[in-house]
Amino acid sequence: MAAPVLSAPDDEELVSTPSALRRFLRGLPGVDQVGCEARAATLASRSIKTTAKAQALDLAVSMIDLTTLEGQDTTGKVRALCAKAQRPDPTDPSCPSVAAVCVYPDLVSAARTALGNSGVAVASVATAFPSGRAALEVKLRDTADAIAAGATEIDMVIDRGAFLSGDFTKVHEEIAAVRAACATSDGQAAAHLKVILETGELMTYDNVRRASWLAMLAGADFIKTSTGKVQPAATLPVTLVMLEAVRDFADATGRQVGVKAAGGISTAKDAIRYLVMVNETVGDDWLTPHLFRFGASRLLNDLLMQRSKLATGRYAGHDYFTLD
Amino acid sequence: MPTKSSASGQRLDVRKTYKLYIGGAFPRSESGRSYAVHDAKGQFWANAAQASRKDARDAVAAARKAFGSWSGRTAYNRGQVVYRVAELLEGRRDQFVEEVQRGEGVGKRQAQAGVSASIDRLVWYAGWADKLAQVVGSSNPVAGPYFDFSVPEPTGVVAVVAPQQSSLLGLVSVVAPVIVTGNTCVVVASQTRPTPAVALAEVLATSDVPGGVVNLLTGSAAEVAPWLASHMDVNAIDLTGVNDSGLRTELQAAAADNLKRVFLGPAAEPDWSAGPGTARMRAFLEIKTVWHPIGI
Repeated sequence: MAAPVLSAPDDEELVSTPSALRRFLRGLPGVDQVGCEARAATLASRSIKTTAKAQALDLAVSMIDLTTLEGQDTTGKVRALCAKAQRPDPTDPSCPSVAAVCVYPDLVSAARTALGNSGVAVASVATAFPSGRAALEVKLRDTADAIAAGATEIDMVIDRGAFLSGDFTKVHEEIAAVRAACATSDGQAAAHLKVILETGELMTYDNVRRASWLAMLAGADFIKTSTGKVQPAATLPVTLVMLEAVRDFADATGRQVGVKAAGGISTAKDAIRYLVMVNETVGDDWLTPHLFRFGASRLLNDLLMQRSKLATGRYAGHDYFTLD
Repeated sequence: MPTKSSASGQRLDVRKTYKLYIGGAFPRSESGRSYAVHDAKGQFWANAAQASRKDARDAVAAARKAFGSWSGRTAYNRGQVVYRVAELLEGRRDQFVEEVQRGEGVGKRQAQAGVSASIDRLVWYAGWADKLAQVVGSSNPVAGPYFDFSVPEPTGVVAVVAPQQSSLLGLVSVVAPVIVTGNTCVVVASQTRPTPAVALAEVLATSDVPGGVVNLLTGSAAEVAPWLASHMDVNAIDLTGVNDSGLRTELQAAAADNLKRVFLGPAAEPDWSAGPGTARMRAFLEIKTVWHPIGI
């Protein structure tokens, strides 16, 4: 698909007035829905086997944000998850650790303690996740708390109500404010900012493209599909639209923004389809945990079972992997 | 061409596509393969789907998914469900008589007797569903203040290699004892006589047996069974239909990896019309013993 032709957007000018921002976002080329879905389906039919599959499985494991976002989460559960994050397959030292553990803000300190210096990052959802329905002060405080407790990655949700009613400036200002809250006093980034678009509530691919640009203009390090609390969550076509936005943004500004597909990805097969799409859309620069992530919990076990199948030549069973 | 056939007054036969039965659906083999099936006289009969290792994998996943709710049903209910299969088989008696007669090359009377025996066998096993616990379970006298009792529980997902010769009675005799006790199964049907198995799948699909409880694969046991034997999510394997001693040994060795229960069955195919006994049901049970404190 041809990239939308864009002049390099000048951040300052674009966001100077609500109407300028609206004009830019509404002026983005529309997404060809049929073409996008057909493209995603074609890429999903690629067959990845043997050594390429082994590499893809390891890469996918290293890209996981191992997530638990339930009201019933306990510190015990988070500790167990952290142990699994560091050594997903205790019987196989060659298995990489995951990228991060993703929890609610009040459990960040438990995760931080459990992970120590293992290199696995602590991500925290913030800003009144998952609905985002709270005053800006509350959202900023939520963010600051998570960072103070040791989170190095913040997953914020956008205000979908404001976005859908056309108040793009409000959404932009909120993201920029949370972005600022993620920085230390000397301007260094204390935490990576992932912006959750919640594409299941955005209705159209055009809106997904607009929201992606909006988040990137406001300074997001990552754009993320979903909270996992709304159906549909991550889908291949939606992720394709976001990846194209990321590619076009990088072409226009030179800044590489990451993408996180979250929610509903539970099989190794699905995960590999996403990796194929990343490679074909934005290129292999993005095939690293720094620029592409999976938000998942069940996915990890399926990846481990596939690894075991490749290593031993026999199909793996659920009894031999931890419940989570 | 519809116009041509109507013009000449002839109607084209509508032939059945013989497919697999996995998770309550009838898919073709993932591999796209099929193989020719001949009747007892050596005439071409049908093209049956030739299951691959990936079909076996999908079937195990379906059986695992169905296990929780099937094993969680009351034994009484499972008995009713299996009895219902017998009812439906009775309703399609003529079709099965024809299948058995043509496939096994026996006379009509013998085929009828075989189908009757298959129906009776289902009823017999259905009756056992809520009685087996009384026979294999026990309350145990122990030297302490405990009420100590043992109850049977289903083993889990059972892979079954069905008999090669007896295509209906043999098949029913190996599948029924596995499912009445609450297991789910993946069955590799007779390679040369798979058509009664496909017809039985159609009966199961319209009965009250939930999808995934019985999964039927047609094709080569020598190709598919090793994948089932080594599969870590299969809890037991019945090698009744494996008559080759080399393959038997190989499958037992593969099954040892996750300590599967192995039911060998007789080395040569037995006379299935003989009374079955409870051995096949007992083979796929785990005995759970509970020590319940009393008098405190």
